[in-house]
Amino acid sequence: MIQFEHVFKRYPNGREALQDVSFRIGAGEFVFLTGRSGAGKSSVLKLVALLERPTRGSVLVNGQDTGSLPARAIPAYRRRLGVVFQDHQLLMDRPVYDNIALPLMVSDTRYRDIDKRVRAALDQVGLRAQERALPLELSVGEQQRVGIARAVVARPTILIADEPTGNLDHTLARDVMQLFARFQEVGVTVVIATHDMALVREFGHRELHIDEGRLLGGASAS
Amino acid sequence: MTSPLTYVARHLQALLGALGHLLRQPLGTLLSIAVISLALTLPACLYLLVKNARTATGSITEAIELTVYLKTDVSLERARQLADSARARREAGRVTLISADEGLAEFRKYSGFGAALEALQGNPLPHVISLRPRSDRADPSSIASLQRYLGSWPEADIVQVDNEWVRRLSALLGLLERVFQVFAALLAFGVLAIIGNAIRLEISARRAEIEVTKLVGGSNAYVRRPFLYLGGLYGLLGAALAALWLIALAAALEPWLLQLARLYGSGFQLVGLTTEELGGLLGGGTLLGLLGAWIGAARHLSRIEPRQ
Repeated sequence: MIQFEHVFKRYPNGREALQDVSFRIGAGEFVFLTGRSGAGKSSVLKLVALLERPTRGSVLVNGQDTGSLPARAIPAYRRRLGVVFQDHQLLMDRPVYDNIALPLMVSDTRYRDIDKRVRAALDQVGLRAQERALPLELSVGEQQRVGIARAVVARPTILIADEPTGNLDHTLARDVMQLFARFQEVGVTVVIATHDMALVREFGHRELHIDEGRLLGGASAS
Repeated sequence: MTSPLTYVARHLQALLGALGHLLRQPLGTLLSIAVISLALTLPACLYLLVKNARTATGSITEAIELTVYLKTDVSLERARQLADSARARREAGRVTLISADEGLAEFRKYSGFGAALEALQGNPLPHVISLRPRSDRADPSSIASLQRYLGSWPEADIVQVDNEWVRRLSALLGLLERVFQVFAALLAFGVLAIIGNAIRLEISARRAEIEVTKLVGGSNAYVRRPFLYLGGLYGLLGAALAALWLIALAAALEPWLLQLARLYGSGFQLVGLTTEELGGLLGGGTLLGLLGAWIGAARHLSRIEPRQ
């Protein structure tokens, strides 16, 4: 569950990214975060991932107020989240397998469990055959799938994605979105920031629309 | 809770990763290790210099002798008692009593005044106690303590010892030791700076990797680990190379030193690092590497946070 209560976010350069934003996303829900570029979608995701802290207001994730989390508790908090980016943020000098295994490595998972879970994640995203390939040897769509596999391999309860289909054509974007839908079916809360309204309409999930840092619609959980 | 096996495996992985990193950049690695080794070689050289100087002068200090001339009215029995009490001192090495009669006989034999001595009515010589300090107690303070003790005997007339040159030699070696300590401290700081800087550059080069690792929940300890191993390896390899420099230096200098020693009639042998000292050099180098890496990593890793 994710809950924003009267959240304001002002960056050091003076930009007001979020102004009095309140919403609630229930456990296992699939929500689209929509709005133009610079509207404040990424700021919402950054606050959930604790890449930023709110200037005012509170952000509750799974009942925990992230504002009260000390710095030393942040790594353990992030291990319970899956994060996907438009630019994938992969380690380009490591094979696909190692990229996907990274969240399990940092959480001191046993090697034999890592192997099972990485292979399961590779199967889920259809990249089993490319496990030894370097990211640069893959297409953009495949790289995005590696990013998704890395985000879900540690079995997070929440999966957030910032413009995950931004670099993909419509067919690939649909495939990626269906992948996210499959994770929601198994109980994962999915939050996707996108400006691809065609996809939003096609998948028909709840939409939180943000414009100039203000939430304009979809605040209540369905 | 991490299982011990997983914990060891993660450390082993970090160690192998650091080794692999060093091997992938052979020239840069070699240059860094060479600089570290030179910084460690200099104080190690000074240490060996002091150690060999102490060994070389050890046989000379053993030749120090204190001579107690007893008053002429002291009986031979009393002189024996005094010699025994001198032997009981912990500073005392060899103690010899030369009775007045033995002294006179020796004088008669070697002086060439045999006939003149026949004219004497009695023996004018006193009993003499000759004392050599133990080799490990031949330092100026121990000798001075011994001298004070012997001089405190009511039966002692004169206590003779010439230890001024021993004091000067000891002061010189003490100065060299102090120079070694100062150099060791300065160059240890230099090694810390070299390794800290190498780690800083390494962290900058791997910034993206660190950001991603932190993003997926990598703790500071996890992120720091490979850099600590890298620093430790730099220190260890630098110390190992320093040991090789010392061996090469000793091999190059030994013939000249032995020739010099022979000219002075000395049986001096060049002493290298013992196994314990070699362990100390390697361990010290590794610790310096770890510490330098820790300082570099703590300072720079805390500034790197994931971006989006």
